[in-house]
Amino acid sequence: MRARFAISLASAVLLLGAFAVIVRAAPGADAVDPAADAKAFRDYFVKRFPNVKLEDFVNGPYSMNEDMRRQWQEKEEFPPYEFALEAGKEMFSKPFKNGKTYADCFENGGIGIRQNYPYFDAKEGEVITLELALNRCREANGEAPLSYVKDDMASLTAYMAFTSRGKPFDIKIPNDPRALAAYENGKRYFYTRRGQLNFSCASCHVQSPGERLRAETLAPALGILNAMPIYRSEWAGMGTISRRFVTCNSQTRAVPEEPQSEDYRDLEYFLSYVSNGLPVAGPGARP
Amino acid sequence: MASTIRVRATANGETTEVQALIQHPMDSGFVKDAQGQLIPAHFIQRLTFEHNGKSVFVANWGPAVSKDPYIKFAFKGANKGDELKISWVDNKGASDSTTAKIQ
Repeated sequence: MRARFAISLASAVLLLGAFAVIVRAAPGADAVDPAADAKAFRDYFVKRFPNVKLEDFVNGPYSMNEDMRRQWQEKEEFPPYEFALEAGKEMFSKPFKNGKTYADCFENGGIGIRQNYPYFDAKEGEVITLELALNRCREANGEAPLSYVKDDMASLTAYMAFTSRGKPFDIKIPNDPRALAAYENGKRYFYTRRGQLNFSCASCHVQSPGERLRAETLAPALGILNAMPIYRSEWAGMGTISRRFVTCNSQTRAVPEEPQSEDYRDLEYFLSYVSNGLPVAGPGARP
Repeated sequence: MASTIRVRATANGETTEVQALIQHPMDSGFVKDAQGQLIPAHFIQRLTFEHNGKSVFVANWGPAVSKDPYIKFAFKGANKGDELKISWVDNKGASDSTTAKIQ
């Protein structure tokens, strides 16, 4: 009895060992190659929507639906994000209590730099998004951080995006295992199913762009962050990338993470990287 | 503080087309805040567009109008360069006004 137990235990250990070898071999066979990912990602959308111009993907649902596009074009004559833009401009130039401004925290005074975010900070070893950088700037200057999801933060990023309009996304992944790991984590987050409805980000934004989700037209994942932040009529206000991620999660009945959590930042890193070359179109207006 | 009113008025032959966007919470009085307290009603009651001292568009609004409302209308009898005066008064007595040149 005891001998048989020992044998089965030994074979179990052996089996485990074999399993570990397979698991360890897997990443080697499927090495992280962001450039190839980005090309495949873009090719998928281009092939699936041959009539949509590449730079038009940043316009989300409007690139998929002609009727919505006409309504949007009319709206853009008097865009709903105008008030936020003006508020953002005012906040951006208003000095902190110590006399410094946001411009002191960013290269080129914070003007025309949206396309470089998020980036991988080698010193901190993590992905830095524009929203995170703005709050770090505030904290470094003795100001309380802003809410990541709307209002002031959205106004600030709206202004910064506006000054960068038309510039192509230029996200870099340095040859640093930590940066590649962040990218991989973001990619994994994007393709992992979660929540009661068992949807991944890709279920809607890769498999079904242009399709209806109740009254809404789904936006393609390619260029989806280029128009951020957005004024959503549904929200009756502005929302940041964080707000979009949180809402997406809760709409699939998953438990959202904290805004600017590591997963969300990595996700933003992945999504922005695969949209490299597409122009900044923010702030945007969505129904 | 910046004006709460954005206007664009363009003369187009006989008619002048006016578009305006007004920043206002337009609280209906039926919505609760995060603490479960009712947000009291706060809405624009009267909106007026005047051309040469004469009202060309007057709206009596209530709590059912959306937040940051947008208005578009056209009227006859104005020329390029004329001034258009826009003003609103809300149920708490607050008001704002601005003027715009017809383009």
